[in-house]
Amino acid sequence: MPQPKKKNEMLYFMLRNAKLRIGVAIVLIFVVLALVGPLLTKYQPRDYVAPGVEPPSSEFWFGTTSFGEDVFTQFVYGLRATFIVGLIGGGLGTLIGILIGFIAGYRGGIVDEILNMFTNIVLVIPSLVVLLIIAAYLEVRGFLFESIFIGFFAWPWAARAIRAQTFSLRSREFVDLARLSGMKPLKIIIKEIAPNMMSYLLLVYILQFGGAILTAATLDFIGLGPTNSVSLGLMMNNAVIYGALILGMWWWFIPPGLAITAIVGALYVTNVGLDEVFNPKLREM
Amino acid sequence: MSLQVENLKVYYQTLRGDVKALDGATFTVEDGEIMGLAGESGCGKSTFGNSLILLKPPMRFVGGRAKLDNEELPIWDMKKMNNFRFKKISTIPQYAMNAMNSTRKIGKMTSELLGSRKIDFKSTLPELKRRLDLVELSHDVLNMYPIELSGGMKQRMVMVLSTLMNPSLLIADEITSALDVSTQKAVAEMLVEFRDREFVKNLIVITHDISILYQIADSIMIMYAGKLAEKASTEVIMNSPRHPYTKLLISSLPDIGVKYSQKKLTGIPGKPPLLLDPPTGCRFRERCPVAFEKCLNEPSFIEIEKDHFVACWKGFEKNA
Amino acid sequence: MRRYFGRKLLIYIFTFVLAVTIDWLIPRFMPGNPIQILISRAGLKAESANLIYSYYMQAFGLNVPIWQQYLNFWNALFHGDFGISIWLFPQPVIQIIMRAVPFDVLLLLPAILVSWFAGNKFGAYAARSKWLDNTISPLGYILTATPYMWLGIVLGWLFGIILRILPFSGAYSYAMMPSLSWAFVGSLLEHWILPFASLFLVMFGGWAIGMRNMIIYELEADYSHYLEALGAPRKLIRQYAFRNAILPQITGLALQLGVIVAGALVTEIVFSYPGIGYLILQAIQNHDYFLLQGCFLFIIIGVLFANFAIDITYVLVDPRTRIGMQGEG
Repeated sequence: MPQPKKKNEMLYFMLRNAKLRIGVAIVLIFVVLALVGPLLTKYQPRDYVAPGVEPPSSEFWFGTTSFGEDVFTQFVYGLRATFIVGLIGGGLGTLIGILIGFIAGYRGGIVDEILNMFTNIVLVIPSLVVLLIIAAYLEVRGFLFESIFIGFFAWPWAARAIRAQTFSLRSREFVDLARLSGMKPLKIIIKEIAPNMMSYLLLVYILQFGGAILTAATLDFIGLGPTNSVSLGLMMNNAVIYGALILGMWWWFIPPGLAITAIVGALYVTNVGLDEVFNPKLREM
Repeated sequence: MSLQVENLKVYYQTLRGDVKALDGATFTVEDGEIMGLAGESGCGKSTFGNSLILLKPPMRFVGGRAKLDNEELPIWDMKKMNNFRFKKISTIPQYAMNAMNSTRKIGKMTSELLGSRKIDFKSTLPELKRRLDLVELSHDVLNMYPIELSGGMKQRMVMVLSTLMNPSLLIADEITSALDVSTQKAVAEMLVEFRDREFVKNLIVITHDISILYQIADSIMIMYAGKLAEKASTEVIMNSPRHPYTKLLISSLPDIGVKYSQKKLTGIPGKPPLLLDPPTGCRFRERCPVAFEKCLNEPSFIEIEKDHFVACWKGFEKNA
Repeated sequence: MRRYFGRKLLIYIFTFVLAVTIDWLIPRFMPGNPIQILISRAGLKAESANLIYSYYMQAFGLNVPIWQQYLNFWNALFHGDFGISIWLFPQPVIQIIMRAVPFDVLLLLPAILVSWFAGNKFGAYAARSKWLDNTISPLGYILTATPYMWLGIVLGWLFGIILRILPFSGAYSYAMMPSLSWAFVGSLLEHWILPFASLFLVMFGGWAIGMRNMIIYELEADYSHYLEALGAPRKLIRQYAFRNAILPQITGLALQLGVIVAGALVTEIVFSYPGIGYLILQAIQNHDYFLLQGCFLFIIIGVLFANFAIDITYVLVDPRTRIGMQGEG
């Protein structure tokens, strides 16, 4: 009896996995909102649209801020910012993590020791505090800066995980076989190790993405995010500073935080679901 | 008193269907008998070993029965089987070297295990010490962590622990696979000693290494693709087997002292069938050198002479 | 043993030196001279401004060559001198920080410990049955994905504005002065509940999820199977799994310290709770770079100490590390 091909099998399990379906669905909803949202609104985030402190209505779906800005507009533009930072910051963190983690895991020995020590040092330093100090001194900050900063401090987690995975793959039989048969190290990496790492790298990236979003929200909330644009964290910052709490303007501070919780939560759940798909042992009967 | 197995069927549940790993095993092990269970990887011998003592998902009980000392073993009921585990039926697992909790001192773990099974540790301690002496382990191991012991020492400790309550049936699953040859010999001899001293009544030794069985087993049972192929005393299996598979297995063993410069060392060509959808008829048909049309019908496991069972049409014939 | 701790100590020393250097370096490479800003805020005439400027430059040791400033910095550090605050001149930074520390300890210590213990316990429960898993796991994921500041805002809004049963600003009632009276302690606790809750809930989620995964991993280990084969009751197997799964959770605590610091920071901002986090915000808003640097250093030292404490705890608790190290002697 012919066995189903590996690719189809993977797809089959992916579609069957409830966690994966729910997680991806939620993230997709917000992605669509981020892409399409700005088209649905005729305002810019900072435009004055109506007398402030208006609760949600059919005209202003998310109500207005203390300054009469449309919350919905800010929300969808903020979503865009969130995803961009997650993509770039998470991507950079993963990239650096791959570089350091893989080299450490593959070479071993003294190279591993040094890289490990370096990783541990960056790990111990509370990244937010360093980010604070740097960001506090910069007058003008952009998105790219924020993403790069976040990436520069998020990589230790990725590096550790990738190093561990590389270690375990390196000592597997098929790698030994390739080495014995005289394959060049680079070829071994590309042909034997990389395919087995692909799924793992995806898992790592998803976690980095989620982590970057949370870190960015924190930075923005303190007021050290990008200076010229709106973001979900900044919305919450403004809400608190300008008395949304006291005035009961829940429509200003609930949506941004709820969106972040939903997106990051969905990413985590997707991560677990993907892990189950890739590791048959975790699958439930 | 003995182990009687009747048409035991245990399948593995997978998303693609049931894998018929053990498809109807019928045999008996007498008191004091050491029976070896041999076969290639995936033939069902480990499934059998596990099914008797720990039948849980993804394994599924399909049919048949097993009786130990004339008492039916409720292997499909995890809870009821607990009354038998450790006391009447026990196992030395394949992973014996990792079988002990690495963060617990061995003595502490033993006392907690016994306590949880309502056995008094204090009164068992003298016997435990005697057994440690028997396997040449110092009493100090009780105060050590597993990490402080060598592989062979851990193996022996697990052997002592598993047989502490003098079970009627002991299933030893591939316990020599990870050892060097001299340790293999020592462990094998220890098993025999346990049987001789009646720490164990029946012993089933599961292995793919027939040479060990030659040393210690009274009888050998060969399995292939989930079915029983042949069962007889060690002498008969080694010298006058009837099943073509058994013959190939025996002949593929290298002899000591013989140089293979003239003759090539041969294995058995081909691979065992996948058990998700096994072939009809005799499962060895496709690799068998003497298969013929009758083999499209499955042969039953029949006693052709006293204590010699075989499942092969050719094997039924006198001059096979 | 010596090698293990020696290596750890080396990392901590490196980290400390690196952190101090970063701390010292950054203000000197950033645009804007803090003294200028201070002076311009005071709105003085040109001559007096210059006088004050040179006075301050001297007071803050900025009128000597760079390498000497660096050495002075280290020197001051070892004397416990974190500099003088610009915003609250002439108070020493260390004094300002010390006033905030008790509030942080009051908030963080219980939050971390209780969430760690409770989270691990619930995570273990989740691994027991499918039903429990289906309730605890989603809750855990949602909690750990929640941004600290948002939870703080929502809780403050719910309990402070809507239900009006708890205050959401400050560490104690503004009408009171710190004293050893019951009224003060009561007010302290009242103001403490919401910040504590928002920190606790998010951390709890994280630990629960982590522990659940660790326990499932342990239940699949060989020793669990062996015990099962020998008929050990579920209780014993679960007990062993728990003890083994807790160990990586201890190291996990050390790794989470950075995240916890960030969480405490934003939570204090939301609730105007006068800990170091709130201090940092005020330092940024008032361009008080020395206070900012002092807070940074203080946090780093705290984190390093906490790491070291956890390292020691781990060695004490995990027998394998002790035995492994005896070999090295």
